[in-house]
Amino acid sequence: MNTHGIRAIYKFEMARMWRTLMQSIASPVISTCLYFVVFGSAIGSRMGDIDGISYGAFIIPGLIMLSLLMQSISNASFGIYMPKFSGTIYEVLSAPVSYVEVVIGYVGAAATKSVILGLIILITARLFVPYEILHPFWMFAFLVLTAVTFSLFGFIIGIWADGFEKLQIVPLMIVTPLVFLGGTFYSIDMLPDVWQTITLFNPVVYLISGFRWAFYGVSDVHVGISVGMTLLFLFACMAGIWWIFKTGYRLRS
Amino acid sequence: MQPDISIQNVSKIYADGFHALKKINLDIKRGEIFALLGPNGAGKTTLISIICGIVNLSEGRVLAAGHDIVKDYRQARSKIGLVPQELNTDAFETVWDTVAFSRGLFGKAPDPAHLEKVLRDLSLWDKRNNRIMALSGGMKRRVMIAKALSHEPQILFLDEPTAGVDVELRRDMWNMVRGLRDKGVTIILTTHYIEEAEEMADRIGVIREGEIILVEETHRLMAKLGKKELRLHLQAPLDKIPGILALEPLALSEDGYELVYTFDAQREQAGVARLLRQLGDQGIDFKDLQTRESSLEEIFVGLVNE
Repeated sequence: MNTHGIRAIYKFEMARMWRTLMQSIASPVISTCLYFVVFGSAIGSRMGDIDGISYGAFIIPGLIMLSLLMQSISNASFGIYMPKFSGTIYEVLSAPVSYVEVVIGYVGAAATKSVILGLIILITARLFVPYEILHPFWMFAFLVLTAVTFSLFGFIIGIWADGFEKLQIVPLMIVTPLVFLGGTFYSIDMLPDVWQTITLFNPVVYLISGFRWAFYGVSDVHVGISVGMTLLFLFACMAGIWWIFKTGYRLRS
Repeated sequence: MQPDISIQNVSKIYADGFHALKKINLDIKRGEIFALLGPNGAGKTTLISIICGIVNLSEGRVLAAGHDIVKDYRQARSKIGLVPQELNTDAFETVWDTVAFSRGLFGKAPDPAHLEKVLRDLSLWDKRNNRIMALSGGMKRRVMIAKALSHEPQILFLDEPTAGVDVELRRDMWNMVRGLRDKGVTIILTTHYIEEAEEMADRIGVIREGEIILVEETHRLMAKLGKKELRLHLQAPLDKIPGILALEPLALSEDGYELVYTFDAQREQAGVARLLRQLGDQGIDFKDLQTRESSLEEIFVGLVNE
């Protein structure tokens, strides 16, 4: 195991985060604050409780998930895309590191950043709405599991992308709609039957539902299914990465 | 002695069907400077990229420092340093950080003293806290070399190291290469500056269209193929070469006005004096004379055009 190699990549990536502090931390925190102000305090105060939870508190898990997914994907995809773009990837390819070590370095750093960000947003939310966390351990476990899973997904996107545009397409065109329609702002019980069924095909529903359960003990789907679906996506991403390195796809001709 | 790099029947066919390397066989000895020459697109960079692990080989195998580069890639790659042709550097990192990154990536524990020495040797020490993007092209090239040397490689690849580099850096670089060789580092370089290969390399390999067409010790190559020519422009034309000079390697031009004497550049040159004396004795006058030596460049151009 080349631990020095893993540490080098991890440190390099974390240094990038501190350098781009505004982009990495400040901007998602600000946009989340705006959501809290608009939906939590302003509109939320005129809305009834959902499942016995005030609306402002209800949307917290979904909003954290939104930032967590977006940032995990963008951190990890940028992390691996940039060396490909600048050509410095040659060094990683020629180094005595296994692909598992490369992934641990890049994805570990991206997930770390996302978890830090998620916790910052959680603390920030406290300024706007009171909430409680029923299962703090599970809350943190969901946070880490989701950050790792979507950082792996971002890593795949970063390998696949051959231009900056493609880096943006997936987070903007796919992840954002899935999060908005995945129960961030409403309980899926509130939808007509047909839409409830359709919504169950949205993987983000399971993430948000499970995460909300960790906060308030209520969920749209059973928490076990949430964990199962998240793990399923995690393994799918791992399989994708295994395939990428096995075939050298867009890395090694 | 076991070769430091052993390339055995290596072929590379790219996905688009391009046959970049065809059954390459080549051994590179421990501690030598080996120059790989060849025109653009001949396969120099592909060969280097395969040995370093950047490109997958299609067939054959390579041993680096005795380790198979595919099966024992960790041991093999940890012994190898690469300075690629393109100036691919990070932008926002400092010189120190990027060099420390390289050392860690290659599995070595931090060693600030070694990094300091590498940076000082390359005149980068004063720039260690500068961001790479603020450096000039020449300085970036030095950074790439520092990165390659950060993990104390036993084998160093320099792909076109002096392309577009100023005189000072070229001189520093060759001093550094000599210093590394003295420490026992094996150096494989590609270059377009053939006089450099001639001056620096212990052996020269020529690659053309994916095939190694020649491997020879530099001085032998020069001796074997390096010819000198003396051209004498005569006052009056000759019908034929006089009998007394028949044994000399002489040729007469068709119009009889030019005598061409070909001799070995490496041997003692008494032959020229003897020839001129004999011409004087025969009463053959000449109005002008020229000598020219075939350089490695001509040898090389001759080879690749064959």
